Amino acid sequence: MKYSDEYRDPALVERLYERVRDTAADIDGPVTIMEICGTHTHAIGRFGIKSRLPENVRLISGPGCPVCVTAVEDIDRSLSMARLPGVILTTFGDMIRVPGTDGDTLERARSQGADVRMVASVMDALNMATADPDRQVIFLGIGFETTAPTVAATLKRCLKANIENFSVFSAHKVIPPAIQVLLDDPELAVSGFLCPGHVSTILGVEAYEQMPEHGRAAVITGFEPTDILEGVALILEQIRSGNMAVEIQYARAVNREGNPVAQKVMEEVFRPSDARWRGLGDLPGSGLALSGDYVRFDVFGRFDVPEVESREEKGCLCGEVLTGRVSPGECPLFRTRCTPANPIGPCMVSREGTCAAYYRYY
Amino acid sequence: MCIAFPGKIISIDENNQALIDVEGTRREASLDLMDEEVTVGEYVICHAGFAIHKVDEELALEQISMLRQLLEDEI
Repeated sequence: MKYSDEYRDPALVERLYERVRDTAADIDGPVTIMEICGTHTHAIGRFGIKSRLPENVRLISGPGCPVCVTAVEDIDRSLSMARLPGVILTTFGDMIRVPGTDGDTLERARSQGADVRMVASVMDALNMATADPDRQVIFLGIGFETTAPTVAATLKRCLKANIENFSVFSAHKVIPPAIQVLLDDPELAVSGFLCPGHVSTILGVEAYEQMPEHGRAAVITGFEPTDILEGVALILEQIRSGNMAVEIQYARAVNREGNPVAQKVMEEVFRPSDARWRGLGDLPGSGLALSGDYVRFDVFGRFDVPEVESREEKGCLCGEVLTGRVSPGECPLFRTRCTPANPIGPCMVSREGTCAAYYRYY
Repeated sequence: MCIAFPGKIISIDENNQALIDVEGTRREASLDLMDEEVTVGEYVICHAGFAIHKVDEELALEQISMLRQLLEDEI
């Protein structure tokens, strides 16, 4: 497959491991690199990269798994929505199994008769609405700047076509405020960041300028083995030279300005709002609420959604895992009560969750 | 979640929807978020039913040939 296979060439991979080793050998002391994006966490596990890095180079995972950072309150709200009469609740696959308060899930709601459907694209959800005009379709929207524009573009089509039975629960989040929290944390011993590839396709480099300003290396990196290893090598080279800057390793998919069309569509449809993150708490301006003409598609304006008192599962350390404070093995529930077949916390549910990746690959 | 794949455009219809070949599987992708003109035969990065970027072929080839150059310098 073009633009995939050539980035998995074993000879190139070996050469890059050497480059990483040689550069790391010039650096005194340990280097910790955080991959922010859950897709990186998954790829790093899948390609067995950690076990082959030099001893003084450690990769840790950050808060970039949208399923994992969704607050338990939002899971509970989606459960209430799914149980409203006549509603079809749609969302991306992993959300179906994330436990809300007392372990309740959308999967359970479905087994009790709620109409909960998985979709691969928000457009599939819109198609359900147009195919079934007597039903109300709600889309539970999660994801960062890569995904939010797809929802925004879909709502533009809804407005144009005057669709009245489609609404959105916007639990989207934006990445820069989360990065700021990490950088402001005096306990965060991270020397460099593997920056998300596809969030950057939309945002460009601006979102990461604060990293070099805080003395951290920053490389926007792709998801194939040669991409990740080259990203790690570039980070180590920045650390060795002391010249920190936002570099783009993933140039075939990212340019410095990002995608201005997607940025504009997002700005038209959404406005910044406060949002609660699992692990990071309430971050001002880190969410996306519908604005202007698009408020009419807001699920909370259209339905009376009953509120419940939300509680996170006791003993689950997802929040600490998401901020790189503990690794999954340090959580008492990991591999004991919490497994992919019976996940207690969202980091074990999502394939991209740090706990799920550790369970599978380490 | 932010996973995205490179795919080749097979066709584009009047609603700005493209048919994309991703590793032999055909998928539909909206072109509503594209920031430049694309045509059949070109590669785009697709995420959740939308094309979000045209693959920069020149940069892609340059990068891989630079990596291969490193390899040859070694031997």
